[in-house]
Amino acid sequence: MRLALLLLSLPLLAQVTHQRLLNAEKEPGNWLTYSGNFAGHRFSPLKQITDQNVAKLTPAWVYQSNSLQKFETTPLVVDGVMYISEAPSHVTALDTRTGRVIWRYRRTLPDDVRVCCGQVNRGVAILGDLVYVGTVDAHLVALDAKTGAVRWDVTVADNKTGHSITVAPLAVKDKIIIGIAGGEYGIRGFLDAYDAKTGKLAWRFWTVPAAGEPEAKTWAGESYKRGSAATWVTGAYDPETNLLYWGTGNPGPDWNGEVRAGDNLYSDCLIALDLDTGKLKWHFQFTPHDVHDWDATEVPVLINAEFRGQARKLLLFPNRNAFYYVLDRVTGQFLLGKPYAKQTWAKGLDDSGRPIRLPGTFPTVEGTRVWPSVAGANNWYSPSYSPDTKHLYVATRESGAVYYFGNAEYKAGEQFNGGGFRSIPGEEEWGAIRAFKPTTGEVAWEYKLFTPPYSGVLSTAGNLVFGATAEGQMIALDATTGKLLWRFQGGGTVRSNPMSYQSDGKQYVAMTLGNSLYVFHLQP
Amino acid sequence: MFWLAPFLLFQLQQPLDIPDKNPHTTAADIEQGKRLYMGRCAGCHGPSGDGGKGANLAVPTLARAAADRSLYRIIRYGIPDTEMPGSLMDAKELWQTAAFVHSLGQVPSAPITGNAQAGAQVFKSKGACLSCHALGNEGGRIGPSLTGIGARRGAAHLKAKIVNPAADVPDQFRLVQLTTKAGKTMRGIRLNEDTYSIQLRDFSGNPQSFWKADITQITQEKKTNMPAYQGKLTDTELNDLVAFLANEKGAQ
Repeated sequence: MRLALLLLSLPLLAQVTHQRLLNAEKEPGNWLTYSGNFAGHRFSPLKQITDQNVAKLTPAWVYQSNSLQKFETTPLVVDGVMYISEAPSHVTALDTRTGRVIWRYRRTLPDDVRVCCGQVNRGVAILGDLVYVGTVDAHLVALDAKTGAVRWDVTVADNKTGHSITVAPLAVKDKIIIGIAGGEYGIRGFLDAYDAKTGKLAWRFWTVPAAGEPEAKTWAGESYKRGSAATWVTGAYDPETNLLYWGTGNPGPDWNGEVRAGDNLYSDCLIALDLDTGKLKWHFQFTPHDVHDWDATEVPVLINAEFRGQARKLLLFPNRNAFYYVLDRVTGQFLLGKPYAKQTWAKGLDDSGRPIRLPGTFPTVEGTRVWPSVAGANNWYSPSYSPDTKHLYVATRESGAVYYFGNAEYKAGEQFNGGGFRSIPGEEEWGAIRAFKPTTGEVAWEYKLFTPPYSGVLSTAGNLVFGATAEGQMIALDATTGKLLWRFQGGGTVRSNPMSYQSDGKQYVAMTLGNSLYVFHLQP
Repeated sequence: MFWLAPFLLFQLQQPLDIPDKNPHTTAADIEQGKRLYMGRCAGCHGPSGDGGKGANLAVPTLARAAADRSLYRIIRYGIPDTEMPGSLMDAKELWQTAAFVHSLGQVPSAPITGNAQAGAQVFKSKGACLSCHALGNEGGRIGPSLTGIGARRGAAHLKAKIVNPAADVPDQFRLVQLTTKAGKTMRGIRLNEDTYSIQLRDFSGNPQSFWKADITQITQEKKTNMPAYQGKLTDTELNDLVAFLANEKGAQ
């Protein structure tokens, strides 16, 4: 009898079509893609949990990961089933109401996986009846959404040379878009599209040029061969322009720019690629000739808004380099750029958006103090845009670093950093969740945090912004005023993004805190 | 401890093939190692390696790194749960830094002139050091433990700390003063803090915890609670105390 009830109450798994992904807002109970929609908004239209009742938010269930690696996943939810990735490259399907495991995919990895910053994974993609995950040994794997069985497994690149995958794939139309990590190993970066059904490579866009290509002139000598420009954070897609918008990472080696004089294209760029062909439509480089490891691998946010009296298609980008950018996403034209956190490296941006560098800010053997830090004013974790308040929410870091210059000898499979960094001893670092007016970059409100955060934000139609602190608290703020309305100590440093879904008519908010996934609901 | 956090963004991969012997020990290597050391290490370990915030490196045998290979590993990966971070230098630079660190212990350190036995008396009576510091199972917990301090810090550094302790206060021993909404004032050593709460140890040694919502003011005092002994001890007493501490090697 009980079994029969359970079977009845588990909804039928319907295919996740491209149409459903395009119209993700129309099914607010699900969370179908990494950022909630293709526009990178990380906004939930659900409004059962509101500024009026969020004080009663309480854990519904907790899922503990067996891994002590950073737990960075954003869960996807489709029709009563939650799909999470776990470090290093595992996938687990859970019942959204009970937290009980439905299936597990456990990947066997080589002993000496080469990945710079943790054997982590930020989430899966879903399309049709398949769930997709990238692995730290640089494979893309398609799993049966009902069973977790491997349907295909393709090698994206060789992990022995420092290629790895930590990014959540993006499923668009009939393709799976997957980026690569390895910016600290002197790889040649790229962005790939695979046929969703077969795993056949549809196209590859190299983020670093080949010999003879015009962009190779932006690299001294043959330094482009170790150019990096990895693509390790999920981008956005606009069906109207049919363009993919993706951020690229630091040039290699990170801190020794002497061996790679020039602008180093397409490192630290936003690239706009035709989804069908992978051809570059336009690019914008935020930090030409970066020597501070300021990857432009943040999540781009796409909105349509009036900009200086004209209706425009915009791309918002709070960059790791501490400048906030607004671009025209049809043409790539630079519209606005201004600092949004403490920075000491640029006098400002010129009319084309190019930074005007200050002298004495390059790394040295003895160490150079520069703000922001290596981790930046922002990083891979997500911002959020609310169509209700029309604010862009960003978890912002206020800290500097001492940057060191060092040797840069390339050896395949070994880190190729050319220096290093440390925190500034005695510096009082801090952070804030800030609400910005997107078209001007003005701060609408700020909620201060004791230390810099390393986790993203979610806004909801309940006039709420969810986020977290580095010390383990998940918090809810009033989206209009920034007032603290709720908090919960989850017991471990938070390095992830929140999301929300609905199951059996009940709204939940989920986020990994430390090494556990917490799912909250209103106290019954 | 908070300033360590960004380093953890870079996971430090331990390769399987570190040689046993330092392959970069020429005079030129040591010279380059010195440059690297001055930029990255001297801030805590002192320009001549005799310690400060960091351990005394000017000793013939390093307690945690008797072998070349273990010194390399410590410079590369740091020491967990301490303030010693790892480093992203490449293999050659790590070895050069290790070669310079090794050379620090090959020069004789300043002779210890005091009488350790007399210093033990100063430590217990006139100095009243045990009222704040622990030695073995005795003493207080307001200041850093001095058990085995002679193995970690050089005599010159110990003397400087006793004479002028305010010059450099370790992060874990910040002195804070707070006032509660009920009007109570409390001073102590900060144990932990986040956006919403603060934990401290009061001068009776008891841990205390407060919600920031219940506090009207928190002041971080830049000074230390440790008295400066300049002028309070005679030169002989000071040298004896330093000799006692420098000989305190902890339980072996």
